[in-house]
Amino acid sequence: MTATMTNPSDMTDAVPALSALAERRAAAGPDWLTDVRQQAAARFVELGLPTNKDEEWRYTPLREVLRPAYVPAEDAPAALSSDDLKAFQFEGFDASLLTFVNGRYCPELSDPPTDVTIAPLSEALKAHRGLLESELRRIAERDEDGFARLNSAVLEDGVFIHAPNGTACSRPIRLLHVAVPGAAGGRPFMTHPRNVVIAGEDAQLTLIERYVTIGEGVYLTNAVTQISAGDRAQVAHYLLEQESAEAFNINTLHLQQGTDSKVESHSVLLGGALVRNNVCPVLDGERADCLINGLYIGHGSQHLDNYMNVEHAKAHGDSRQFYKGILDDKSHGVFRGRIVVHVDAQKTDAKQTNANLLLADTAEVDTKPQLEIYADDVKCTHGATIGQIDNDAIFYLRSRGIDEADARAMMIFAFAGESLDRMSVEPIRDALTRELVRQLPRGEFIESVL
Amino acid sequence: MTTETQQLAAIANQKYKYGWTTDIEQESAPPGLSEDIVRFISAKKEEPQWMLDWRLKAYRHWLKMAEPKWPFLPYGYGPVDYHGISYYSAPKEMPKLKSLDEVDPKLLETYEKLGIPLNEQKKLAGVAVDAVFDSVSVATTFKKELAKAGVIFCSISEAVRDHPELVKAYLGTVVPYSDNYFATLNSAVFSDGSFVYVPKGVKCPMELSTYFRINAENTGQFERTLIICDEGAQVSYLEGCTAPMRDENQLHAAVVELVALRDAKIKYSTIQNWYPGDFETGKGGIYNFVTKRGACRGDNSHISWTQVETGSAITWKYPSCILQGDRSVGEFYSVAMTTGKQQADTGTKMIHLGKDTRSTIVSKGISAAKGHNTYRGLVKINKGAERARNYTQCDSLLIGDTCGAHTFPYIEVKNTTAQVEHEASTSKIGEDQVFYCNQRGIDPEAAVSLIVNGFCKQVFKELPMEFAVEATKLLSVSLEGSVG
Repeated sequence: MTATMTNPSDMTDAVPALSALAERRAAAGPDWLTDVRQQAAARFVELGLPTNKDEEWRYTPLREVLRPAYVPAEDAPAALSSDDLKAFQFEGFDASLLTFVNGRYCPELSDPPTDVTIAPLSEALKAHRGLLESELRRIAERDEDGFARLNSAVLEDGVFIHAPNGTACSRPIRLLHVAVPGAAGGRPFMTHPRNVVIAGEDAQLTLIERYVTIGEGVYLTNAVTQISAGDRAQVAHYLLEQESAEAFNINTLHLQQGTDSKVESHSVLLGGALVRNNVCPVLDGERADCLINGLYIGHGSQHLDNYMNVEHAKAHGDSRQFYKGILDDKSHGVFRGRIVVHVDAQKTDAKQTNANLLLADTAEVDTKPQLEIYADDVKCTHGATIGQIDNDAIFYLRSRGIDEADARAMMIFAFAGESLDRMSVEPIRDALTRELVRQLPRGEFIESVL
Repeated sequence: MTTETQQLAAIANQKYKYGWTTDIEQESAPPGLSEDIVRFISAKKEEPQWMLDWRLKAYRHWLKMAEPKWPFLPYGYGPVDYHGISYYSAPKEMPKLKSLDEVDPKLLETYEKLGIPLNEQKKLAGVAVDAVFDSVSVATTFKKELAKAGVIFCSISEAVRDHPELVKAYLGTVVPYSDNYFATLNSAVFSDGSFVYVPKGVKCPMELSTYFRINAENTGQFERTLIICDEGAQVSYLEGCTAPMRDENQLHAAVVELVALRDAKIKYSTIQNWYPGDFETGKGGIYNFVTKRGACRGDNSHISWTQVETGSAITWKYPSCILQGDRSVGEFYSVAMTTGKQQADTGTKMIHLGKDTRSTIVSKGISAAKGHNTYRGLVKINKGAERARNYTQCDSLLIGDTCGAHTFPYIEVKNTTAQVEHEASTSKIGEDQVFYCNQRGIDPEAAVSLIVNGFCKQVFKELPMEFAVEATKLLSVSLEGSVG
């Protein structure tokens, strides 16, 4: 397949090329999948790619993202050895590993778990239709976002994980997405990976999705991960965005929650030129519990956009969102959190907070926490703050002999640290702490204190 | 003057070839909107050429605009027939009734509950007022006192005629003619409204209210209000009234512009209780699509909006402050109540441009029956707004499980020294609170009204005294039937 997108002068020009790609993909799959793809393609063409005029994309300009003529990932094969990936290992962390290079699953670089069913999506589509079809259709029919619809339409590889009822997956599962931009002969490429995770009743699962880059070059990742947590299941998902400053990443996480299920979503955005992080849980069982925790740290001219859409569909649900942003240089942070409490979701307790720290006058943050409530017996709060470091706290530290720069560094670290503290997987927390220290001002000082 | 009028009439009459006869003697314009109508309104008002030009500019721009569709209105609203509206009718008398006996007893009951004096009741219900209550003389007394202080308080049409230099200098500088669909429409066809100018260093000796302005009995459909507070001046302006308003016009698209120069202070209070439409179906209610904006032009200036919105089928407005001057202050206090099938999408915009600017937003939304209440607000801190500060609090109260409460705050910050805080909560009336009241012999309905008034207290205390008392009663009356 050698199709390329024509160089779009504006975003709408990209749509025909993309839908042509979707059509070719659709022809290749089994009949039922062809149907799913074609429907998604129709829905994608109907909506097109988002623009600033879409309320959901108001603060995120996509001109740069849609400018390159991307080639599909098939045209960007790359071979890596395990040595190339050494840098991306967490020390002393016992986790299984599934590696994807330019969107393609690499069994030779993977160490898959043995206690759950796991397969590349391309294979699972043949073997697990019963489980997959309804899952794929549910998302394809519900998505309101152009990129997510596109993902369903061109649906590429990814991973299929099924933890049957009562299974507790012993080790966390790492999904390492490595991009090698040089592989496409200098041409920008795009991938549209899809991960489908089904945790049965009482199942337990921890998933760590990490995006990294080797080398230089422009590329676009448009990923969708969907997790369905059965009754009483416990699932944790981590997203670690550590790509190069040329990477564009549109990432959507769909969470479907059953009765008494407990789901955590942690996102840490450190890299990427433009990152859009969508987290969309549906609390579709009574007493479902959802924690959404995030941290975005922007440097240079990074654009980090977080979009949360929490739907409470059943009673007694509990959702908590904590998002923190630290923006330096010319970076631009966006937070948009939406909580919808449906009529049946009485006794919902929903909480949302977004706090931001601006470190430079050239940085910008736009936040829009939003509540839509249709049930009366609920407790919903949201709060957003944008501010600077508390001068009293700085004074307190200075009065104890710590100079101002160090005191500020400590405060910034503490501000970010709150997000890390909510993460229950210790090795990840430690590794991220180290990563964070490197990115924050006066890191060597903080490191010496820790 | 007469030659000018003749000229205008001649201009208006030129367009005869397009069909409609522009008869300057005619009392009202036929339904529909065209350049001729705009010219007719302007000619009727004996406006100078610059005013007509401005209106035409707005009209031509309006033709290129599309009606916005973004408000959060779950029930939507029927299409507005812009060509079915008569854009000019001379202030006509409402059919006068002979005595209160002829008035709908339900309306009287409401007046009674609100504690409106008998004579005022008559006036509001459209009953001929006897000689004892002479509003004209009251107004005249006020006018004298205002003139002594140098305050200009008149209708906008009079101001265009008598104070063109002021109108020309300020009209459309806060809400430009091209601002938005409804404001642009208003700019083209506005026919009534108030004009206030408070000169340098003058503290307006009394609270100004449309109520005391002669010829202001019929609320215009396209009102235009312009308030200018010169350096160091102060004014408090009251708009609307607690009594249910009789009004035939469904669409209300008013524009209010406030200009505060250095050290000036403007306080603008609104109580809006227009017909909300049928309780069950929402039919026939007023669409209240208003553009209100104040500019804190000078340093240390202060603009404060307070609103109590209980009426209208749809309330869609965002009284805003542009904080240009250093150390200027913007405030917004709002209580919005929706019941029946009412829908409100309201809030404010605080645009911080100057250094050390501060803004406070307190919004209380109450939803009952099938009402939907949305707070939408923007806090924008621009690069130059060093040490800007904003505090926002929006609370929603839900009564019953068929209503909705929604919050859409937008916060945009481009300065590191800014401090912005936003807090919102949604809750229902606590059963324990009601129980506590019941225990002390307060029936459930009174208890709810007590709790709701407590919920709104933060806003009511910003209202001028008499307004605050009336607002409290108004809320209790509006809540009736929504409890239980």
